[in-house]
Amino acid sequence: MSVNFAHEIDERRPAGTDQVVLQVEGLKVYYATPTGDVRAVDDVTFQIREGEIVGLVGESGCGKTTTAMAILRLVQSPGRIVDGRILVDDVDIARLNERELRQIRWTKISLIPQGAMNSLNPVMRIKDQIGDAIETHEGRQPRQALKERILSLLSTVGLPSRVYKMYPHELSGGMKQRVCIAMAIALNPTLVIADEPTSALDVVVQRVVGETLLDVKNRLGVSMILIGHDMGLMAQLVDRIAVMYAGHLVELADVYSLFREPLHPYTQLLIDSIPSIKERKPLKLTEGITHDLRNPPPGCIFQLRCPHVTDKCRTVVPPLLEVAPSREVACHLYYDA
Amino acid sequence: MAGLTPQYVLRRLGMFLLTIWLGATIIFIIPRLAPGDPVAAMVSRLTAQAGYIENSAEIIAAWRERFGLDGPLWVQYLAYMRNMLTLDMGYSLSSFPSRVDEMIFSALPWTVGLLSVSTILSFLAGNAIGALMGWPRVPRWIRALLPTSLTFTSIPFFMLGILLVYLFAYELRWLPPTGAYGRGLTPGWNWPFIKSVIEHGILPVLSIVVTSMGFWALGMRGMIITNQGEDYMILAEAKGLRPSRIFLRYGVRNSILPQVTALALSLGGIAGGSTLVEYIFAYPGMGYLLYQGIVNTDYTLIQGIVFMLILGTATAVLILDLLLPVLDPRISYER
Ligand SMILES: Nc1ncnc2c1ncn2[C@@H]1O[C@H](COP(=O)(O)OP(=O)(O)OP(=O)(O)O)[C@@H](O)[C@H]1O
Ligand SMILES: [Mg+2]
Repeated sequence: MSVNFAHEIDERRPAGTDQVVLQVEGLKVYYATPTGDVRAVDDVTFQIREGEIVGLVGESGCGKTTTAMAILRLVQSPGRIVDGRILVDDVDIARLNERELRQIRWTKISLIPQGAMNSLNPVMRIKDQIGDAIETHEGRQPRQALKERILSLLSTVGLPSRVYKMYPHELSGGMKQRVCIAMAIALNPTLVIADEPTSALDVVVQRVVGETLLDVKNRLGVSMILIGHDMGLMAQLVDRIAVMYAGHLVELADVYSLFREPLHPYTQLLIDSIPSIKERKPLKLTEGITHDLRNPPPGCIFQLRCPHVTDKCRTVVPPLLEVAPSREVACHLYYDA
Repeated sequence: MAGLTPQYVLRRLGMFLLTIWLGATIIFIIPRLAPGDPVAAMVSRLTAQAGYIENSAEIIAAWRERFGLDGPLWVQYLAYMRNMLTLDMGYSLSSFPSRVDEMIFSALPWTVGLLSVSTILSFLAGNAIGALMGWPRVPRWIRALLPTSLTFTSIPFFMLGILLVYLFAYELRWLPPTGAYGRGLTPGWNWPFIKSVIEHGILPVLSIVVTSMGFWALGMRGMIITNQGEDYMILAEAKGLRPSRIFLRYGVRNSILPQVTALALSLGGIAGGSTLVEYIFAYPGMGYLLYQGIVNTDYTLIQGIVFMLILGTATAVLILDLLLPVLDPRISYER
């Protein structure tokens, strides 16, 4: 198997503690459409441990953002959480009432949204947008203390203090992205969900923002879910990777093993399709998700594109099972071992 | 005050002066393009009324001189511009010894009062109704009831005015039908006068507000709904902010900006449209005066009023333009 990035990954990277901060069980999120429900997230189960970064990868439209929004219970209409439990500190977010939900948002789980460019209110100063998150949850603050706190947040993410008084349109894309990071860590949450925090940036700034995320994680010990397509960036940043395909989690493993020996055929394709300068190779991953998310085929979700497909795959859904220590995969090829 | 840069203020001031200059010039040119001249027209009208006037040619010549209509065009133009700048608008043709500026200045406060009160009320009420109509958290029954307040939007406001006068002034006799204050009261800061002004103002204000707030409400509702899909609204919710704060600081705050721009654009129409309301309620403002000027073909009066309308509208637009960058920090950069 291709190991393009395996050499970059430090095998001894601390993978967090054993304390589970988020447990998602059997999550299903459907979007209602005139021709039936789009099963954007279908029976997804995973855990996030304290202090680790978990990468969530998969091609466009596989349900990454929907999963993230479901964890904050922010799925936009016509979407809805159909089933599942989202446990944070033994509290099921899916069952909270509105007031309890508001209290958990940002104090426990914060978000670096996919469109960070448009996620700042264009007519509010940066200080007010960070300040209102703080004051909503901690009550009115003395002006000076609040100012110092916001300034220190800005410097944590490497922004100059003049950003404090600026409006979003006065900032570059990378700066806005970092404002969003600063905002996300303002209340010291246990979990930060970063939805493609670097996808709209140029390569250098991507790297810098990536470093910022890593630095923030190391300093504050927060857990993170890092959503993205960029396998290179994933290799650089995350401890474990969850691979999603058409609303299903197909593989979950520590980043080193996953790059060295991907198990699920889809993961193999994904890693194989990382471009490399050393060898030119034909792209194996040619099309997007082949079936309609409204009508998933019976059996394995990947059967239509899988090179190893068997009769069993066409009838029995493969569950996500642990096939080796810290390696979970949803594929019939590995269950007998 | 982020966007209020000196360049921006200077540019807006320049536009303001240009508008007024252009307006004044057009007012100067138009009557002179018409065949005949105002004095001759008036004298011939007097002739028609009186049957015969002695020395009518001499009268015409004398009056032409008096109204500065005898010199070459550019001399007339310069004199006219100087007069307009000093707000010296000469004598009314139809009620001769009265000066146009005096007539205008006694009418002006009524119109300014009527229009500013009704425009502000209509803007506030309309936007409030629209915002509530567009906000999904407002209880369903309120959102279902709100549109009934907009039923009168589609009828012209002078029609509603006539209806209101009939209902409240003639049938119920709650409010006076016409005028700006009761007879026999001395204008000034005394309670009976103020009370009377308010009573007389209710029906005209109401007819403008009720018929025009629908425009603001529908615009606001659309803005609020569009705004809801914005990423920053979702992030505001993710931050766990209180719904009231999201509604006001993120929803209404962002949606009001295009509304203020629309207000600036509609001011000209508002000033023009007031003529009919003042006519129906015999309200002694500029619109009523303009109506009299037109009926009596009083050119100097019409000229003066139109100039004041242009001046007033341009001033209001200037004020809104200077207000916009304070509301929206992006503006001075975009234009
Ligand atoms: N409002 C909607 N109505 C119907 N289907 C929707 C809606 N929003 C999303 N979907 C569907 O849900 C699926 C998951 O979307 P989601 O945004 O979670 O994908 P994603 O993995 O984040 O993709 P990307 O990498 O492009 O951000 C997609 O197939 C999409 O078509
Ligand atoms: Mg996404």
